[in-house]
Amino acid sequence: MNEEFLNTLGSIVGTATPLVIASLGETITERAGVVNLSLDGSLALAAVLGFAAAWTAQEAGVLDVPLQIALGIAVAMLVGALIALLVGFSSIKLRRDQVAVGFVLTLLAAELARFLGADFTRIPGPQITRFNIPLLEHAPILGPVFFQQNLLVYFSYLLMFGIWFWLFRSSGGLTLRAIGERPEAAYARGARVQRLRYWYTFLGGALVGLAGAAYSLNVKPGWSSPPAMQGDGWIALAIVIFGGWHPFRVVLGAYLFAALRAVSSHIQTNGLFIFGQEINFPFVLLNALPWLLMIITLLIVSGGLTERLLQYMPRAVQRRLRAFLRSDPPKALGTRFEME
Amino acid sequence: MKNPRAIGIRITFLLLPIAISLAIGAALVIAVGRDPLEVIDALWKGAFKDTRKIGGVVNFWIPLTLVSIGLVVTFRAGLWNIGVEGQMMMGALFASWGAQYIPLGESLAPLLHLLLIALAALGGMFWGAVVGALKIRLGVNEIFGGVALNALVNVISIYLISGPWQPRIGGSAQGTEPFPTPALLPEFSARFPTNIFMIALVIAAFLIVMVMLNATRWGLNLKAVGRNMRSALLLGVATERTSLSAFLVCGALAGIAGSYRVLFTFDNLRPLASGGIGFLGLLVVLLLSIRLLWVPLIAFAFAAILTGSTRLQIALQLDSSLAGVLQGMLVLFVILFHGVQEVFFPGTLADDDTVEDSATSVSSVVKENP
Repeated sequence: MNEEFLNTLGSIVGTATPLVIASLGETITERAGVVNLSLDGSLALAAVLGFAAAWTAQEAGVLDVPLQIALGIAVAMLVGALIALLVGFSSIKLRRDQVAVGFVLTLLAAELARFLGADFTRIPGPQITRFNIPLLEHAPILGPVFFQQNLLVYFSYLLMFGIWFWLFRSSGGLTLRAIGERPEAAYARGARVQRLRYWYTFLGGALVGLAGAAYSLNVKPGWSSPPAMQGDGWIALAIVIFGGWHPFRVVLGAYLFAALRAVSSHIQTNGLFIFGQEINFPFVLLNALPWLLMIITLLIVSGGLTERLLQYMPRAVQRRLRAFLRSDPPKALGTRFEME
Repeated sequence: MKNPRAIGIRITFLLLPIAISLAIGAALVIAVGRDPLEVIDALWKGAFKDTRKIGGVVNFWIPLTLVSIGLVVTFRAGLWNIGVEGQMMMGALFASWGAQYIPLGESLAPLLHLLLIALAALGGMFWGAVVGALKIRLGVNEIFGGVALNALVNVISIYLISGPWQPRIGGSAQGTEPFPTPALLPEFSARFPTNIFMIALVIAAFLIVMVMLNATRWGLNLKAVGRNMRSALLLGVATERTSLSAFLVCGALAGIAGSYRVLFTFDNLRPLASGGIGFLGLLVVLLLSIRLLWVPLIAFAFAAILTGSTRLQIALQLDSSLAGVLQGMLVLFVILFHGVQEVFFPGTLADDDTVEDSATSVSSVVKENP
């Protein structure tokens, strides 16, 4: 296969990684029944504070480069986890609406990122470096696409399989799904619903924070205002729905969005040629594509439209197609659980 | 509410969120090496130093109050209209089209203004209807539909500004040429640069929506839909039509708010002309637990902070996003402390605090079960 094409695929996998990690984090939070709507703001705040921490360590010259990066990542994860905990606390303990608190935190975190990031705008800082996996990097096709990346990207693969295994192949995962689907039943069987919800909200938030660091230390190095990842938090939230709260499908969704973006930015810089014929139209309109895709995918997976179309299909195909196209949220998503 | 202890607790819970927000705000300011008192001074002078500044506050207050009134309507129906920002922008686009292409001269300026405002309302309603149809007919959650439509209208406006509507000289993505004078809303005076007709319109909208919400069948239906969609349906409320009407009303008001930004504030169309005012409106309404009565007052306070913050950059080289940080913290702590009060001091709540319930039921929107 054409080498340039493989490199493009590889860069799509690389740039999709923050989206992958953030969506996977949100997936486990929502599986536990909590919606953390604050993603678009938390990503920005985690990104800027992670970058600021790594940069400060670099300037002070106190740590080696890998440790500077590690410090940045730790700070970013802490930021994401704390914001998520606030959503969890306000919902679980204070009985507030998760969507309202999440939305306010979206705006607040974004403004806070702008305010605290003012002194860190457009300065170079430490970056995560590439690390090819020995042997695997030479694998035909798969090597250049998946194994000539950095450690964060490899971590995202492990995360996907890890979450899948935990959700569907472990008893802990069974409980996790239960507290998001039928918390009363889970409670009756001895699950500590509230504590587990705190824990998975915390964990999911930490992953969102990690995704923030993946932007500022790798994919979009540094900080700028408006932030480079603006809007990606919403896309990640939509990907979770598109992915039907299943890690494999969620990751597929993230790659799909990143691919579409790569195609649109490629056309905007190089023009569009079909059979050697240059096609001209206002390329700025291509920026609408990810958002159109967002609406279309949500239309397919959650709308009544699919259901109506399915009625026209032969019965044998119906069920399989429905399972493939539609996605239903955890039944207790966004609701509170009160112990009697 | 005769118990003095209960009154004391209520007052404490009213002041505590404000005090904590200010304290954290001061800590942030100190953390970046500035004096909090200087910040307060700059904010105050930026908003109230003279009548020109106060006019500036009013110019934020007008669109902010309009969108907030509209958002009370959608929240009443249990709908999260995050798309309000895009509805403002679509109103601005429609008004900008009219301002450039409707050939009415100076003598017919008042007629032109009415036309442009009506066009803007239509534009906002159109974009609101799209969110509504996606939600009601096609099952796309209005939060995500709204976010996507916000982004889409921004792409459209950038396309228009850099394409068909680009200035003849020095075309860039900065903005269109200034609109012809007859299309621009006039200033009351150079000393107090704001538009009186729009202020009157805001007051009228406030009164009309107040009456509509509290004294008509429609208002009752909205509340029923917002509280419990299924029982509203069983009671014979046309739930789909009621939800859609909420989007249309909010869209119209947001569209008018958008027209004010381009026909008065900027005199031309720019990218992101809505300037986050729609999102700020969501904060205003959340702060008030969806009560309409205090919207104009809180909107004025938020508009003052926003106007004052423009001075932070000039006077103290401090990023103006501090205004958003303060507003966001205030709303967050009001919501959180309302929860603390409800959970730990349940006897101290005023009767009308139950309005919060309709915000709580909003969480059901994240679960789409068509």
